Amino acid sequence: MENIFHSVRLDDEKCQGCTNCIKRCPTQAIRVRNKKAYIISDRCIDCGECIRVCPHHAKYAVSEHFNEIVNYKYRIALPAPSLYGQFNNLDNVDYVLNGLKRMGFDEVFEVSKAAELVSDASRRMIESKTLQKPVISSACPAVLRLIRTRFPNLIKNILPLFTPVDLAARLARKAARKKTGLENKDIGVFFISPCPAKRTAITNPLCYDGGIINGAFAIKDIYPVLVQTMDKLKSDDINPMNDSGIIGVGWASSGGEAAGLLKERYLAADGIENVINVLEELEDEKLNDLDFIELNCCTGGCVGGVLTVENPYVAKARIQRLRKFMPVSCNRLPEDFHIDLLGWTHELTPSPAMKLADNVIKAMQMMSELRKIEAELPGLDCGICGAPSCRALADDIVRGYAEKNDCIFWAARSENEDILPAPFRKKEKLSEANTENSNDFEENFLKDD
Amino acid sequence: MESIKLHYDVPGDDFTRAGAASGDVKRTLKQLGISPSVIRNVAVAMYEGEINMVIHAGGGEISVEIDEENITMTLSDHGPGIENVELAMKEGYSTAPDNIRCLGFGAGMGLPNIKKYTDEFRIDTEVGVGTTLHLKVHIR
Repeated sequence: MENIFHSVRLDDEKCQGCTNCIKRCPTQAIRVRNKKAYIISDRCIDCGECIRVCPHHAKYAVSEHFNEIVNYKYRIALPAPSLYGQFNNLDNVDYVLNGLKRMGFDEVFEVSKAAELVSDASRRMIESKTLQKPVISSACPAVLRLIRTRFPNLIKNILPLFTPVDLAARLARKAARKKTGLENKDIGVFFISPCPAKRTAITNPLCYDGGIINGAFAIKDIYPVLVQTMDKLKSDDINPMNDSGIIGVGWASSGGEAAGLLKERYLAADGIENVINVLEELEDEKLNDLDFIELNCCTGGCVGGVLTVENPYVAKARIQRLRKFMPVSCNRLPEDFHIDLLGWTHELTPSPAMKLADNVIKAMQMMSELRKIEAELPGLDCGICGAPSCRALADDIVRGYAEKNDCIFWAARSENEDILPAPFRKKEKLSEANTENSNDFEENFLKDD
Repeated sequence: MESIKLHYDVPGDDFTRAGAASGDVKRTLKQLGISPSVIRNVAVAMYEGEINMVIHAGGGEISVEIDEENITMTLSDHGPGIENVELAMKEGYSTAPDNIRCLGFGAGMGLPNIKKYTDEFRIDTEVGVGTTLHLKVHIR
């Protein structure tokens, strides 16, 4: 089962069983049972929205502990371009790269370097191949999972290329083997990640073999030590290491990948709600005049990742400043390069997580039932039943995961009205008291006048 | 087997809500496991129909029936009716006013597209009374 690993997890002890996360989940993957949130594994796309919204910090993302690196003889860091936007008054990326080396890495390979190669490959692929247009970016793993779960019709539009971090890992690992003569198992490759979806993609890449990257450190975890290390660096300590330009570093925020294609007929959307709206329109063939669609689940793009430290807009502004002194691009593929070498080796398959049943007739019977139940529910989407909406509860009921009595309004439908929350009781005892109070208020108000 | 019947009121002059009905049908069909190309055909045809109702007819009603064989859509309005159906079916012909064209609609592709994306297409229209579209998309 490919969906078993998820980096987004729940801390049972912290969870209070409130309904904040169930409402925000874009794939309706969370229910509350037994006073705890429960994540439906097949539906979760590891976008991290629930981590963002949980007031009790009960949702978290798994990433590696920094001590992991001691298990390897040769250690490689792959910093995400979004890392560069986390530091105040930074005017040279080399401070970050040298800082990482000082922390214990033997090699630092910028993901933005690989991103420039992916930009080059994308340009060639979109021009030469008969890809279904508009071509959708494959860089955000949460978008990939969102499409296979909710928009399987659009799988054929996705750009079938490695993500920058996957390409970076392959290139860095290969170079390290050549340089050191070490075996693969002695080389540790770690991504410095802005988000849980990218951590999930390391263990469970959907479209090619994994095992190239050994783990990920969250930007927020590595940040405190990195800042201290960078502070101690003197200008003599700084070796020139930065080997990527405006295009590569631009991938950190929304619109950067699309701009790197050097085409004008593109759209870049960010934030999960906006991404879903664009996918809906794309599915209805309303965006057929575009060549390319860049989608990022996080607001602002990867700088908005839930594992970053800085506000996405501040991070974006800082990266703009850094880019000002960079060349346009430092990396390109050889002219005669065979693009297929950077292409997917596995097809992306639809995930039927929302489907009612495998058999259409059976699904139709369940749908009829679902509609009937939904019509009997109050339509308030209050979440007290533990499902995000009345429709979702009806869905759960026909699947056998819930029952009508889970709805407090259904349970109170006849004489049992007293159990309803105050806004929904017809005979409202408090209302008399309230009227008296308001009369007092009115009298006092008039008196003052 | 009992078919699934869906019904929608399409409000007139509200572009922000056009597409709500086709969106709901799309979601329903996805849950049924209907093939993506069939869903796309239904979604495109129905959305065009919804937009037509908003632009030309001040709203209307849509009924959808899903059974094992077909998705049947009936879109009816009490708008001005279509004077020349043959002309209206031509690609690029439009009677949409300028303010609608400014929004990117009114390219004259509405009815031709609806026909293109459906397996069965019938139009009943009477000037001053209204228009009804009878559409079918085969499931297999």
